[in-house]
Formats: sequence, C-alpha cells, structure tokens
Amino acid sequence: METRNPAIQVAGLTKSYQDLHVLKGVDFTVAGGSIFALLGSNGAGKTTIVRILATLLKSDSGTATVNGFDVASAPAAVRESISLTGQFAAVDEILSGRENLIMIAKLRRVKNPAGVADDLLERFSLTDAGGRRVATYSGGMRRRLDIAMSLIGDPPVIFLDEPTTGLDPEARIEVWQEIQKLAGGGTTVFLTTQYLDEAEKLADRISILHQGTIIVSGTLAELRQLLPPAKVEYVERQPTLEEIFLAIVGKEKQR
Amino acid sequence: MTTHVLNDTGVMLGRSVRHVTRSVDTIITVTIMPIAFLLLFRYVFGGAIQTGTDNYTNYLMPGVLLIAIASGISYTAFRLFNDLQGGIFERFHSMPISRSSVLWGHVLTSLVSNAISVVVIILVGLAIGFRTSAGILAWLAVAGILAMFTLALTWVAVISGLSASTSDGAAAFSYPIVFLPFISSAFVPTETMPGPVRAFAENQPVTSIVNSIRALWDQQPVGNDIWIALGWCAGILLVAYLFAMAAYRRKIA
Repeated sequence: METRNPAIQVAGLTKSYQDLHVLKGVDFTVAGGSIFALLGSNGAGKTTIVRILATLLKSDSGTATVNGFDVASAPAAVRESISLTGQFAAVDEILSGRENLIMIAKLRRVKNPAGVADDLLERFSLTDAGGRRVATYSGGMRRRLDIAMSLIGDPPVIFLDEPTTGLDPEARIEVWQEIQKLAGGGTTVFLTTQYLDEAEKLADRISILHQGTIIVSGTLAELRQLLPPAKVEYVERQPTLEEIFLAIVGKEKQR
Repeated sequence: MTTHVLNDTGVMLGRSVRHVTRSVDTIITVTIMPIAFLLLFRYVFGGAIQTGTDNYTNYLMPGVLLIAIASGISYTAFRLFNDLQGGIFERFHSMPISRSSVLWGHVLTSLVSNAISVVVIILVGLAIGFRTSAGILAWLAVAGILAMFTLALTWVAVISGLSASTSDGAAAFSYPIVFLPFISSAFVPTETMPGPVRAFAENQPVTSIVNSIRALWDQQPVGNDIWIALGWCAGILLVAYLFAMAAYRRKIA
C-alpha cells in the first residue's frame, strides 16, 4: 500500500462565515489507499473541510483536489470519485434498508441494483432487517446501512464524518472493522473524529485541526515523538494520543 | 446528460411517492378538511346562500379543490425540510447525479399526491350531488388549470421548505393560502361583499380560477377568466421558481 498519487491534496484552504474565521489556511495531503484521520474539538471546522471536499460548500481561497480533480473547477468529476457519510446517518427513514440501497444504486447507475443491495445487506449483517423500514433500526444498524450506501459504485475516496458518534462500543467496533476492510481493499478513507482512540486505532496518518489550521500532522509514531520520551520514574508507559492531543492543543492556546 | 436527469428525477419521484403512499395519514389530513368544508357548505350553510344557481354543490366544488391543493402543498415543504434536516439532501448533492432532480422529485410528487386528493374529493362531490356534463376537452382544461395552480404553489412550498428553521414553520406558509378561497367567489357571489373586500376578492387569483373551472364544468363560455387565471398561475410560478432557486443556491454551493 505505498503512496500512489495523493488521493486528496489541500493547500491554503480558508473559509469564513461573516466574522467567524473557521479555516485559516489548511494544508494536508492524503495518500491513496490510506486511512487519514482529521482530529479536532467540536466546532474546529472538521465538517467544513469535509463539505468543501465533497463539493457541498465553496472555500473562500486555497485549492483542494480529490482523486486528482479540483473541487472548484471539476466538481462533477469529484462527485464521481467520492462518497460522503455525513455526521447524521443520511438514510431514508420511510424506505426499507434494501430500498435505500437500491435507490443509491440506481442513482449511481450500477448494473443490477437489487443484486448490489442484497450483497451489501449480507456484508453488513442487515439481511434480516433489509425489508424493514429504517425508522425501526437501531443507531448501529443505521450507521452500517449509511456506510453500505456509501460503498455502492466503489468510489475510490470515502469521507466519513464522525462515523461512530453516538454509537455504543460494540457498534463502534463493527464500524471500525468495516473501515479497515475498506482501506485494505485500496479505498482511501478520510475520517473525522473527536474520539482519539478511534484515530489511534484506525489511522495511517493523523492531522490535528485547531483554531483554523492544521497544527500537526504525522503517523502516530511521529506524533508520539513530539513529546519528551516517556519518563522512567514511577510508571513506565507511552503517552496516549489523547495526552499528545491535549498537550499540543494546550500549548497552542498559551501562545 | 438528459437521460441522467430523467433517470435521476424518476428515482427521486419514486422515492417521495413512496413517502406519500406510506404515510396514509397525510392523504387523510389533506382530504378530510376540504371534504368537511364540502359537507358543511352543502348541508349547513348552503341552504341560506343565494348564488342564483340551482346546484350549490357544483358552485362550491372548485373552491374546495383549491383549498385541498393549498393544504396539500404544505407537505412538500415538510418533506423537503426533513430531507435537509436528515442529511440525505447532502448525500444526494455529493453524488454524481443531476442536482435539479432532487427538487424536481419533490415537485412532481406534489403533483401526483395533489391529483390523488383532487380525485378523492371529486368522488365525494359526485356522491353528494355534484353533476357535470362537461366533455373531455373541458375536463382537460380543468386538469390543466389545477395542475398549473399546484405547480405554482409547490414552488412556493419549495421556498418555504428550503428556508424554514422548524418543521412547523415549513408548513405555516400555507395557512393564508388555504384561507384565500373564503375571500373569493368560491362560496358566495362577490356582489354581496362590501366595497374594499369585494375589490380584493374579485382581483385575487382564486376568483378567476374558480370562475374558470365553474364555467368549464357548466359548459358556459369562460371568457377572460381563464386567461387571468393562467396568467396568475404562470406569474406566481415564475416568481416562486426564481426565489426557490435563490434559496436553493444559498443552501448549496
């Protein structure tokens, strides 16, 4: 899984709402086939970045390319390359799970929509619930359906905006397993999360968004080196990503 | 690309028609109030209202249908608002589909669901004495006027659905529209109204629409009314469409 073309490239991205400067020059690169986690507190602007990359929002300045296509000048090509699973499970409550999948398959113009739907229901352990209205699903089932809908048409880049927010621990682990399978199959996964253990567990590379800019990027091992080595005093252990995050964010605030 | 638009709009239409057929309660709420008015005016007020016609059911049918449509379109605003809240709107817009199909799916669904309520109400009307010997052309003209009226108000509903901040707010815009037929020629002749009220009643869109449909069913000459009616509908449609598109662009980059 070595880096091919970068799947996502973002440079100097800014976005303001009136006086609120959400993004103040964001830069990062995501290698194809990797899992990239964007970390940040609530309101840090993670969703704003996802919406810009998914062509739902225009940036004020800066450039962003997804799968080699510029989001501003070639939005249609970007949409062909991506799938978005937003913060709230974007599923149709009144349709059944199977009908949701068939609807997306038809919109993506894949062959044999019903067959695709049945395969995905099987893969996400939703076969028994496939004929039921989504309104009767649990949070974890909705999320699984949501992610299944994103896989239709095999887009090379998948955005998951806080995919496990509000899920119980078991459902989280199920979602994590699916994300790892996806990346194993060569799909680039762009993940935002506020759960640090999630990034620690899944991500090949991590970027931390704080006060409108990326304050640090790297692999978990690289981030660990940003702190002094573990002290061998009373307790010996590596700092967790949570400690790294809080230490870095805290330092920024003091500047 | 044209085939995409048709395919995508077809999928969207199929989706929201399922929403309509699976929430039978919305069909009942849309038709029950107009049917109640129909019965109220036919059996309670009708005897005291002098319209100069011998069949008052015929007289009040067009106005009742307009009330049904005016309340029916609020569900379009409601469904659109829910799509925006739930995130499925954003999912559709991040997909390689024709973006206009997302709104057109809702608009066409509105035409279908309002057509269903109109048919139900006409059937109830027939059961309580509505009679017409209008030919196929007159019926087509009536259907055309009602479709134009529905389309025009649906685009008003789209503005509301896109810009409301609560689901109650999304539906609230339709209340004044539901009330308009009462200050028109829908239930009583405008001649009995005092000056300013009469002036309003005679120059608002509902009166010309009601008069046209009534004349078509009674096989009377429609005169200028039908052109005024169509002019109103086309004008509202155009203005509402432009505002709806502006509201849409504010929602989506």
